[in-house]
Amino acid sequence: VDLGLFAQYVMNGLMLGMMYALVAVGFTLFFGVLDVIKFSHGDVLTVGAFSALATFIGLRAVGVDSNGLQLLAMLIVAIGAMAILGAVIARAFVLPLRSAPALNTLLITLMLGTVLRESVRLFYPDGANPKPFPRLLPTDSISFGNFNLRLDNAIMLAAGVLVIVGLQLLLSKTKLGLAIRAVAQDEETAKTMGINFNLIVLITFAIGSGLAAFAGVMNGLYYNEMNFGIGLYLGVVGFSAAIVGGLGNIYGAILGGFLFAALQTSGSVLLPFASAYKDVFAFGVVIAIMAWRPTGLIPEKLSERV
Amino acid sequence: MAPQQMKAVESILPGAVALALATVYLIVLLRVENQTTILILLAIGIATVVAANWLGWLTPVGRSFGEREDVLGLLSIVAAIVVAGYFHGDHFVLLLLCTVLLYTVATLGLNLQFGYAGVLNFAGASFFGIGAYTAAVLNQHTAIPHLIVLLIGGLVAALIGCLLLLPVLRTRGHYAAVVTIAFALLFKTFLEVNDVLGGPQGLQVRSMNVLGWSFNNNIGIGSLQVSFYASYFVTSLLILIGGFTLVRRLERSWIGLNLDALRLDETAARCFGLNIVRWKVTAFLLGNFLIGIAGTLQGMVVGFVQPNSYTFADSLIFVSILLLGGIGNPWGVVVATLIVVIVPEKLQAIQEYRFLLYAALVMVVLLFRPEGLLPRPVRSYFPGWRS
Repeated sequence: VDLGLFAQYVMNGLMLGMMYALVAVGFTLFFGVLDVIKFSHGDVLTVGAFSALATFIGLRAVGVDSNGLQLLAMLIVAIGAMAILGAVIARAFVLPLRSAPALNTLLITLMLGTVLRESVRLFYPDGANPKPFPRLLPTDSISFGNFNLRLDNAIMLAAGVLVIVGLQLLLSKTKLGLAIRAVAQDEETAKTMGINFNLIVLITFAIGSGLAAFAGVMNGLYYNEMNFGIGLYLGVVGFSAAIVGGLGNIYGAILGGFLFAALQTSGSVLLPFASAYKDVFAFGVVIAIMAWRPTGLIPEKLSERV
Repeated sequence: MAPQQMKAVESILPGAVALALATVYLIVLLRVENQTTILILLAIGIATVVAANWLGWLTPVGRSFGEREDVLGLLSIVAAIVVAGYFHGDHFVLLLLCTVLLYTVATLGLNLQFGYAGVLNFAGASFFGIGAYTAAVLNQHTAIPHLIVLLIGGLVAALIGCLLLLPVLRTRGHYAAVVTIAFALLFKTFLEVNDVLGGPQGLQVRSMNVLGWSFNNNIGIGSLQVSFYASYFVTSLLILIGGFTLVRRLERSWIGLNLDALRLDETAARCFGLNIVRWKVTAFLLGNFLIGIAGTLQGMVVGFVQPNSYTFADSLIFVSILLLGGIGNPWGVVVATLIVVIVPEKLQAIQEYRFLLYAALVMVVLLFRPEGLLPRPVRSYFPGWRS
C-alpha cells in the first residue's frame, strides 16, 4: 500500500465531500423550516458559479488584476445574488404552494431548475459548451512522496470548514439561529412566540442558496472548468447525501456528504472499470442508497395521523 | 327518427363538431410555412378556445366526449387518418405526426404510473431510449421479425425498470423522484461512455420491415405517391389505439379503482386490504412497457439513436405533457402532445427554447390551473348514465 497515493485519494475525497456537504446542508435547511424539497437547489448553484465567472470576466475587462480582489468580488457577487434568488424563489414559488399537495412543490421546483439550467445554456454566451474557470488561488504544492498537497486545495478545504463552522455558530449561538431552529421544530408555536415565520423562511432559503453559490465557486476553482449541467449533478448527489444523513439534520448532511464522497472515491479506485464510468457509478450509488435506507441513516420520525 | 336515436345524435354532435374544427385547424396549421402566419394562426386558436370556454361551449363538448367516447374515439381515428391522408406525400409532416402519436403512447404510459398509481417517474425519456436502443441492436444483429422487436423493446424497458422497483417501492414522494432522476442521469452518462452502444455518436437503426415489406420505400399507387412514413404512421396509430384502449379500460375497471385508491391514500387503501406493492409494480412495469414500445418504434422511424435524444430534459417534456393535459386524463394527453410537439416544430424561432418554455409553462399551470388544461372528469361508473 502506497501511503502517499492513499493520502492523495483521501484529499480528493475530502474536496468532493466538502462540496457535497455544502449542497446537502442547503437541502437540509429548507427541509427543516418548510418540510419541502427544493429541486432547483442544484441549478441555483450553477447560476451562482456562472455569475461568479461573469464577474471575473467583467473585472478583468475593467483592469482589476489582483487575484485576491477578483476572487473576493466573485464570492460576494455570487453569494449575494444567489441569496436574493433563493429568497425570491421561496417567496414566489414555494410559499404560495404550501396548501397544495407536496407533489406540486416538487414539480414546480423541478421545472424552475430546468428554467434556470436552460437559461444558463441559452443566454450565457456560448453557455452550451464547457467553460474554463480561472485559477485564482496559489497553485504551489508540497510533496510528501507520492502525495502532492496543493495549496489551493488546502485553502478551499479550510474555507469550507470555516463556512460550516460559521453556519453552525449562526444556528446555535444567535437569535436568528434560534428562530430558524424554532420554526423547524414547530411552526405554530414559533409563530405564537412572535417569530416572523415568512421572514425566517426567506432568510433560511437565502442562507442555503448562498452556501450553494459558495460550493459552485469552489467547484469551479477545483476543476477549473464547469458546464451548465454541473448543478443538476451536484443537486442529485447533494440531495442523496442529505438523505443519507437524515433530512433536517445538519450534522447528518455533512456526514452524508463526506460518506458519499468516500464511497465514490473508493469505488473509482477499487473497481477497474470505474474511472470511465465514475458518474454512472455515482448515480448507481445514489439509487442503491435510496433502496437501502429510504429515509436515511438517521431517519426522520414518520408517524402519520389518519 | 325515434326519440332515442335523436338523443344519441344530439349527445354526439358537440364532440363531433369540435373534432371536425380541430382537424381543419390542424391541417391548416401544418400546411402553413410562413412564420408570421403561423403566429397569427396560433393566436386565433388560443383566442377561439378561450372565447368558447367563456361562452360555455366547451362544457357540452366535454360532456359528449364523456358520454359517447366509443363513437368519438372512432371519429378521432378517422380525423387522424384524414390529416395524414391530406399530407400523404409530405415526409416532414408525416414524421411529425408519427412523433405526436408515439409521444402520446409514451405519455399514456407515464399517466398510468403517475396519474393513476401515483408512482413518480422522471426517467420517461430513458425508458423511451431503452426501447430505441433495443431496436438499434436487435435490427442490426439479429433477424428477429420487427413486429416482435417492438414487443421486445417494451419488455426490455419494463425489465430494466425492474432494477428500479426496489428503490421506487421503498420510497415515496421526493425520495422516489430522486431515484428516477438519478436513473435518468445515469442512463445518459452510461450511453455516452459505453463504446458498444456507439458512445456519444449513437447507432444507426435499420428501418422496419414487416413480412418482406420494407418501410423505407415510398409507396406508389397508380399515379399517387405516398411517403414511406405513411407505413410508420399506420403502425404508430395502431399502437396508440391499442395503448389508449388499454389505459382507458384499465382506468374504468376495478384495477383503475384500486390504483386511484392507493394514490389518494395509501394507508386507507392498505386498510381496505389492497395489495399496495402489487398494484404499484403493475402500474410501473406496464407504464414502462408502453413507453418502451413507443420508443422502439420511434427509434426505427428516426433511423438513428444517440444519448442526447434521451436526456433528463426530454423526460421532463413527457412530464410537462402530462401536467399540461391534465393528470389522469388520456384525452388531455392527446391534446397536450399535439401542442407540445407541433408548436416548436412549426415555430422555428422557439425550437431551441422549447425546454425552457415548457418548464415555464408548466410552472404557470401549477400556479394557476394545477389540474391542467383538460382536468380529469369524475369517474363515470356507467358511461352515458346520468341521474
